[in-house]
Amino acid sequence: MEHIPALELKNITKKFGSIVANNNVSLSAEKGEILAILGENGSGKTTLMNMISGIYFPDSGQIFINGKEVVISSPKDAFDNGVGMIHQHFKLVDVLTAAENIVLGLDGRFNLKSAVKEVASIAGKYGFDIDPLKKIYEMSVSEKQTVEIIKVLYRNADILILDEPTAVLTPQETDKLFDVLRRMKDEGKTIIIITHKLHEVLSLSDRVAVLRKGEYICTIKTSEANESVLTEAMVGKKISLNIERAEPKDPVDRLIVQDLLCLNREGTPVLQDVSFTARSGEILGIAGIAGSGQRELLEAIAGLQHISSGEITYIDPKTDKHENLRDKTPVQIRQLGVRLSFVPEDRLGMGLVGNMDIVDNMMLRSYGKGKSVFLKRKEPRDLANEIISSLEVVTPSASTPVRRLSGGNVQKVLVGREIASTPTVLMAAYPVRGLDINSSYMIYNLLNQQKSNGVAVIFVGEDLDVLVELCDRIMIIGSGRIAGIVDGRTSTKEQIGLLMTKNVKTHTEKGTEDVSQ
Amino acid sequence: MTGNNTNKVKDPLLHIIKRGSIVWWKSALIRVVAILIALVVVALITLVITGQNPIEMYKAMIDGAIGNELRIWNLLQDTALLLVVGLALTLSFKMRFWNIGGQGQIIMGAIAATACMKFLPGKVPDFALYLIMIASALIAGAIWALVPGLFKAFLNTNETLFTLMMNYIALNFAAFLTFRWSKNSGNNVIGILNRKTHAGWFPDIGGEGFVGRSFLLNILIVFVMMLIVFVYLKYSKHGYEISVVGESEKTARYIGINVKKVIIRTVIISGAICGLAGLILVSGVHHTLTTDIEGGRGFTAIIVSWMAHFNPLYMALTSFLIVFLEKGAIQVASSPALNLDDNFANIVTGIIILFIIGCEFFINYKIVFRKRKGGAS
Amino acid sequence: MFETILSKFVYVLTSSINNGMPVLFGATGEILTEKSGHLNLGIPGVMAVGGISGVIAAFFYGQVPDMNPVLTILIPMLACLLGSLVMGLIYCFLTVTLRANQNVTGLALTTFGIGIGNFFGASIIKITHVDIPSVRIDATSKLFKATLPFASKLGWFGEIFLSYRFLVYLGLIIAFIASFILFRTRLGLHLRAVGENPATADAAGINVNKYKYFATCIGSMIAGLGGFFYCIDKNGWSNDTIEPLGWIAIALVIFAIWKPHMAVVGAILFGLLLNLYDLIPALGLNIKFPQGYDKLFKMIPYIVTIVVLIITSARKKREYQPPSHLGLSYFREDR
Repeated sequence: MEHIPALELKNITKKFGSIVANNNVSLSAEKGEILAILGENGSGKTTLMNMISGIYFPDSGQIFINGKEVVISSPKDAFDNGVGMIHQHFKLVDVLTAAENIVLGLDGRFNLKSAVKEVASIAGKYGFDIDPLKKIYEMSVSEKQTVEIIKVLYRNADILILDEPTAVLTPQETDKLFDVLRRMKDEGKTIIIITHKLHEVLSLSDRVAVLRKGEYICTIKTSEANESVLTEAMVGKKISLNIERAEPKDPVDRLIVQDLLCLNREGTPVLQDVSFTARSGEILGIAGIAGSGQRELLEAIAGLQHISSGEITYIDPKTDKHENLRDKTPVQIRQLGVRLSFVPEDRLGMGLVGNMDIVDNMMLRSYGKGKSVFLKRKEPRDLANEIISSLEVVTPSASTPVRRLSGGNVQKVLVGREIASTPTVLMAAYPVRGLDINSSYMIYNLLNQQKSNGVAVIFVGEDLDVLVELCDRIMIIGSGRIAGIVDGRTSTKEQIGLLMTKNVKTHTEKGTEDVSQ
Repeated sequence: MTGNNTNKVKDPLLHIIKRGSIVWWKSALIRVVAILIALVVVALITLVITGQNPIEMYKAMIDGAIGNELRIWNLLQDTALLLVVGLALTLSFKMRFWNIGGQGQIIMGAIAATACMKFLPGKVPDFALYLIMIASALIAGAIWALVPGLFKAFLNTNETLFTLMMNYIALNFAAFLTFRWSKNSGNNVIGILNRKTHAGWFPDIGGEGFVGRSFLLNILIVFVMMLIVFVYLKYSKHGYEISVVGESEKTARYIGINVKKVIIRTVIISGAICGLAGLILVSGVHHTLTTDIEGGRGFTAIIVSWMAHFNPLYMALTSFLIVFLEKGAIQVASSPALNLDDNFANIVTGIIILFIIGCEFFINYKIVFRKRKGGAS
Repeated sequence: MFETILSKFVYVLTSSINNGMPVLFGATGEILTEKSGHLNLGIPGVMAVGGISGVIAAFFYGQVPDMNPVLTILIPMLACLLGSLVMGLIYCFLTVTLRANQNVTGLALTTFGIGIGNFFGASIIKITHVDIPSVRIDATSKLFKATLPFASKLGWFGEIFLSYRFLVYLGLIIAFIASFILFRTRLGLHLRAVGENPATADAAGINVNKYKYFATCIGSMIAGLGGFFYCIDKNGWSNDTIEPLGWIAIALVIFAIWKPHMAVVGAILFGLLLNLYDLIPALGLNIKFPQGYDKLFKMIPYIVTIVVLIITSARKKREYQPPSHLGLSYFREDR
């Protein structure tokens, strides 16, 4: 008998306008296996999976489930075909309870009580910890993910797709999730997990399918793979990153953070006992699991986050004057003569205005200068043109809305603007996220240039390989606390990885408290 | 899954895709086609309701709108009156503050102007009367917008619903005042104020022989206002801040814009211009206060502003289009042959506006038919 | 003494219920619509069209000799439902299918609907060349206003509970059924999900557009009945009086924090507030207001609504907020 895979994609192509998200992708997944879809950010992994779960519809190509061609034009079609996807951004209705979310969209008799029972039994079977009557907006991230997974199981899905499920989890939670996934695999389910983390691929999956820039590259048996093989497949050619790293030139203290404490709206600390110093002429890396307080830290320095206690002191390079930045607004900080530049994580939502053109985006920081009530567009226009030519921004013109540019070009515009103000401190949060290799290297070079100009650079990164090759010192942050500061030249990835999970214990304790409430 | 074997593979017939951008002539063409279809629909409806020849009807409409010099001046003035409200609301809309309280803000401005015209003549010198009248009308409109603005800025209270409620408070206040101030107590008619002295009236421009003498100043004021708002939004720092706050509050905070300040400042200006509209209605047009003096402009101007994509200059065109249709339709309805109700105009403009609203879809989205594989099925 | 207080109370309560009823219909309809994520500012227009459709049908059927009582009730009701359904469909087609701006569409629909109401209210006779001086539907409305004959014999109990025309009971039943469906059934769960987070509902396999269409169209039909109720009250069409009721209905939605059963309470309260000035003597209060102050009393429902709006926004309790996706259109691939 001919072998029939549980899921097979043939020649799937999807375009968004002129951008090709997936080009002629074909791959398959077996019953009872865990298939990892590996690829860099922007390689089209999520788009491809969204077409199986009915969010997008392919421009061309075929999908076969258990050997039969199916048309999945809505999520309902996907469920009917036994496909369930756990999205990276949870698809839950905040004001409804877990049980209500789980039965959402199902037909048949409506009986919440029996649904609650069944949810509890599924939870028992796989070892989930969940209160079916809790409202989603009261839940922690990992609880929400649990609800998502149970939702899919409740529908008897045979093919489960998880989009970067570990991005928001602590290592303990990740381990627990992987146990659950292995149990499901043993039950004969097909698990597809989207990720760009190599160690997860190697520890969890049976096979790995690699995508690169929307194209299918290959499928490798995990038992025959190792990190360098996978990296090569993922990025195209084997690259040792080879980011240049000069010795810092006479570093002096530029920014001193002492005993910082910041609370979130609920009054729980998001930053606690944070103390460190950023020096001129060096790159200070910040490593940590996503959401460990990196954003809050940068925003606290930039004057965007309320500080409950602690000090942030800026030392002026010319006058040596100590300025206290605590409880100052961004405008007040600028008025003190502090040249602080900040490349935020959310480029189009925070750093730039998507519907404005490049020229108007150049003015964001500088428009207020001078007494005139009118805007001066000449300088920003010159700056825009200069950035377009020097950073090779691909755009029809300087008056194109930035939302029409690709991710890499958006980032060049943003970084270009932030550097143009000749900062003394430059903070960049995930500046290469979603960028292709070339753009990434251009960003690394720009950061290095700033470093050699004597700027104190603070770089929040997620790729440990980059951090250990780029940074002079690396500060590891976990659950809002500093887990350690290591030398970038001597430390290893493993060492940093270990520190990243150091503070995790307190985090999970908090998590269980939440559950018991 | 086993229950699926009988299903033939079926493709969705059509598919909607968001457009990245569209060339100007295409979007213009789509709008023109939409208006043409709307005119045909209007013609059909008129035919059914009145039995009138559609071509005759459109002739009558054009005649009603621009049939003689007085009508042309009336048309221009009404365009200006609608435009000025559109300008006011656009300031809020650019900031994504859905001020649908234009009605209330206009009425409050009109009330303030009326109060000045009624109580101040004889007590203060003429120029002071004008100054006080202008100031109080602008302030009254501003306050009416400021109240929801403050709550939006500090509590994030839904401004759409808040401003909507403010309309009816103002309207009932106006009803109360027209009753209290009416000449023959109880008939709710204030009557033309200062008919002899013209105190507080906007001055005529030009001599007796000039038909537009009482219209021209109103039109000029609005024309200047249009230029001011255009420049303010496009070239001033305030206008830039409004755009940033409207597009993304997060970005506004990131660059240190005081979002609350911008919201409050902008709604004050927005309300004040509505107050100006009220002032023009009283001092420049009606010289009295009635409960329906606002004439639905607070709502229609929302459509005007939106159809013009919040561009003050295009707004002159969209106001003109709507006023033209209304004037024409009123003429058709009230022609001696038909002698129908004025509200026929609302039906006509309603249909055309609904078509224009609908056609935006074809400007923003594209419908793609899925190609069948190999043409066989 | 007790007798007079009781009879005054009964009078105030029953008249408040009657006066609040058009608003209750409107609010119930608008709640269903808003729960699907659509702010229909066209409700005043929908109510006007519902009202005028019923009036026209009643007017024409009223010309027929030997009116059949069942048809006298049914024909105007169906006409009203049909008229408001068409308005709902126009709104849906524009905002759901064509994803037009909801505020703009709603306001245009209000202009359009009020125009239709006023135009036909004034011109139907001229258009149809009927030889009757004005549009009156006395015979029909008399039938609609019929109450149980024995209600008055049952004392205060009968007055409070049994003395209403059947449309009042219909309005209350619709409100309670709407609440039941919204909060106790799968249909309601899905509808709430659509209004809160359409992307999630979509991913869960719910046909978002279908729910939006159904909720908005049924909501419009219910609201249309409110317009018709009002016309029955006035024995015909009266110009420009329905629009304020439409806005009050939207206000009542906020007051009821998007719960139809709360709207019942709110409608009775608004019914009282709307006519507070006229009810002052009935309330046994011996206060004399100068003439014209009735206009000031008419502000009260709006002021109360604003206060509720402020309080709920200040408390920030999730359950008291508008549906999160209210006013925004949904496009699946728009992310």
